[in-house]
Amino acid sequence: MAFDILEPGLATSVQDRGRFGYYNVGIPQGGAMDQLSASMANALVGNTADDAVLECAYLGPRFTTDTDAVIAVTGAPVEVRVNGTPVDEWSRLSLAAGDEVSFGMLSGGTRYYIAVQGGIDVPVVLGSRSTYTLGALGGFQGRALKAGDTVPVGAPSGSGPAMDVIPENLRPVHAKEVTVRILPGLYDHRLTAEGMETLVSAAWKLTPVADRMGLRYSGPDLEWKPRIQPFGAGSDPSNIVDAGYAIGSIQVPGGKEPIVLHRDAVSGGGYAMVATVISADMDVVARSAPGTLTHFEPVTMEQALAARADAAEVRRAVWA
Amino acid sequence: MADIVSPLPGIFYRKPGPDKDPYANEGDAIEAGQTIGVVEIMKQFSEIRSDASGTLESFAVDDGGTVNPGDVIATVSEG
Repeated sequence: MAFDILEPGLATSVQDRGRFGYYNVGIPQGGAMDQLSASMANALVGNTADDAVLECAYLGPRFTTDTDAVIAVTGAPVEVRVNGTPVDEWSRLSLAAGDEVSFGMLSGGTRYYIAVQGGIDVPVVLGSRSTYTLGALGGFQGRALKAGDTVPVGAPSGSGPAMDVIPENLRPVHAKEVTVRILPGLYDHRLTAEGMETLVSAAWKLTPVADRMGLRYSGPDLEWKPRIQPFGAGSDPSNIVDAGYAIGSIQVPGGKEPIVLHRDAVSGGGYAMVATVISADMDVVARSAPGTLTHFEPVTMEQALAARADAAEVRRAVWA
Repeated sequence: MADIVSPLPGIFYRKPGPDKDPYANEGDAIEAGQTIGVVEIMKQFSEIRSDASGTLESFAVDDGGTVNPGDVIATVSEG
């Protein structure tokens, strides 16, 4: 059982929950950028949350299935077509052998997900099927899909779908203005009080420079405290002696245009991380399209952990 | 009139490179399928093509301007 890729889309890749435990040797956790949407697609077709899906950015693929298949599309709002006829997103779809799936234009957001019953059956590499394109690791031959690829689909494992349609109140919103909660640190002490105030009060606009590694925002400059740079740090006040980067950490090279590091980010370097996006809001960042106005709201560790627990509640509602 | 619409967000460029000539200029005769520019997103350049044949009447986006999905990039008068 397989999908035959007729057109690949812009950057369609195999993703799952991620590849954990290798960040210390420079291999990012990767996985679906919008974990909740990917998880909901799996739930609709009766997969486990660990099964691999196809992640589509902006332009989706056009493909046919060589056998009957059960699929679901979730995530950014997009017209889904089977043999040219529009069908519903956020619901379970039955395909007959030979059916062709294609996509129209996005009307918001960035990425959408295609789950198939049985999962995308590429080899597990270091505990995950996720594609890390920069490292040519995992996924389908370590890269984004190309026309002519035959993408293997696994055998259904059997437990059956939990629900036919994701209820509207559970679907993530793809908004043009978002609030992203951050935990200040580890290097917030390098900013002046005004610099920190600018970070949390400005309306940051997501630039088109945004991918699986990181997302760059435009807005006012941040002010750093002057200092004599220590040995090993670069000359700019935004430079530090190299350190590990947390997933979701925000660095501000030169004090201009903060970058939120995302799932495929490098694991370390020499830019001061002034704050870190809390885990519950990484999906919010992932859903943002260029031009999205973003407010960074500082929270405490307790608030971050409570938000993580709330996010887990939503996932439980889908998998119940 | 036929609108040429960007299917994706990014930066619109009218030239294949900084020192190159534009893909097309206002007043040019355009064939269906002809490239009139590129949109850059995620370090990739996607060609923007006209669905219609005719005369390229006007560009709605500047060279180097930002586009969103569904934005009109240029207008072609058919015939």
